[in-house]
Amino acid sequence: MMPASGEREVRVRRAGALTTIQDCGRPGYAHLGVPRSGALDAPAHHLANRLAGNPPGAAVLETTLTGVTVIAECAVTAAVTGARAVVRVDGEPGPSGEAIELGPGQVLEVRAARSGVRSYLAFSGGLDAARVLGSASADLLSGLGPARLADGDVLRLGPESRPGAGAPGALNGQPGCALGERPAATAADVGAGGPAELLIYPGPRHDWLASPGLAALQNGPWTVAPESNRVGLRLAGPAVQRRRGELASEGLVAGAIQALPDGNLVLFLADHPTTGGYPVIAVVDPSCLPACAQARPGSRVTFRLAQDPFRAG
Amino acid sequence: MRFRPAGPSALLVEVDSLAQVRALHARIEQERARGWAAGLVDVIPAARTVLLDGVADQSALAEDLRSWSVAPLATWSGRVVEIACHYDGPDLADVAAQWGVPPERVPAIHAGLDHEVAFCGFAPGFPYIAGLGGGHETARRDRPRSSVPAGSVALGDEYTGIYPRTSPGGWQIIGRTDAVMWDAGRDPAALLEPGDQVRFIDVTAR
Repeated sequence: MMPASGEREVRVRRAGALTTIQDCGRPGYAHLGVPRSGALDAPAHHLANRLAGNPPGAAVLETTLTGVTVIAECAVTAAVTGARAVVRVDGEPGPSGEAIELGPGQVLEVRAARSGVRSYLAFSGGLDAARVLGSASADLLSGLGPARLADGDVLRLGPESRPGAGAPGALNGQPGCALGERPAATAADVGAGGPAELLIYPGPRHDWLASPGLAALQNGPWTVAPESNRVGLRLAGPAVQRRRGELASEGLVAGAIQALPDGNLVLFLADHPTTGGYPVIAVVDPSCLPACAQARPGSRVTFRLAQDPFRAG
Repeated sequence: MRFRPAGPSALLVEVDSLAQVRALHARIEQERARGWAAGLVDVIPAARTVLLDGVADQSALAEDLRSWSVAPLATWSGRVVEIACHYDGPDLADVAAQWGVPPERVPAIHAGLDHEVAFCGFAPGFPYIAGLGGGHETARRDRPRSSVPAGSVALGDEYTGIYPRTSPGGWQIIGRTDAVMWDAGRDPAALLEPGDQVRFIDVTAR
């Protein structure tokens, strides 16, 4: 059935393993226990929107490893960024990182990721999903926002922006979306040829590490465990020993690395809990979070220690 | 006050007591309302810390905080929220044993304490309500439950918590409330926010 006049929609033919709607998430509500959420690979999210003529923070699809297939129900400009994956339009090879003009009935397929984990699909006008606390992001920890995609879903699109609305600086009124320049290499390429090196800052609780302290983090590499998800990466590798005892729960930032009692590490991503009780021994530089988002299960990471940005003296 | 950087753009401020947390958090929110540290995105109070996320200059911000004289607060938000509680939870006997009182005394004791929301966490709208001082601190269950019903009123350490939705949980359940702790379609979505005083009303017999 064709949509009523004026409605703009895309239909989900194949939802893939886990495809969600994401925008810039819900900054500013952490004190109520609400995770930040939002697209994990923010530069890929912004780029997809720019290519589709949207403000950078507009709502897009985020896939997980196995891609997605959608059918345009109207004329729409689409773009695919993020993980390296074969793109097909009506079965013919299509471009990544470029605008794709689709007519009604045309099928856009993003195949399984060859490197990286998450592809981003933007559609001109952006996905028009119900917003919770100002965001259409699906938060998989707390269940806020729209459900993950299912086969047969029909996704509404917003009205197409005026020309120029996608220009740098047009932030769609959403805080927390800093617009980066178009990256030469995407985060999906980081670590493809060997372990991805992550820049980390010590603390706030590196004093909870047993001997040899932070030097333990230079032992790597650590392997990204299969149970990693939007909440965080579970990293298995050389055991990181911490002292015994209990720390009162305290606030967490994205990129925080917790030392677990069993010697493994958790590196928190966008859907992380707002507070936690295991010591955070280091925090990954925000510039490395897209690479974390694209780190495949089984891939490896190492840590490089940054200069302590601040000494309280 | 101790300052612990949490990455390049966040600062964890550590103090010695929950009372100092609430005083510091209240002062931070006061100053923010006047335009201080405009780049701050999230301010997260917890048991002994306040995390400031979105800090442009950690040293300058720490200097500001150090220069404030933060007086202890008598009361904070001024809001008093009543929670009608059916004290019929499965862990009443365990809690009574920990407190050294008969189980039938637990409702009156709990409802008679002064409670105040210290912070939220664990799930959207889950309040850590401080007030179990003076020998009423309560050890958590040895084995967490895989499913705690929404509305459960439960005790852990120095806090009372209320589960906004059904979830796993390890706290001692003493009762339940019909109050809706979290409704994303409501403004504000969270029934309880840090600083709110909470009065538990015993409605078990009704």
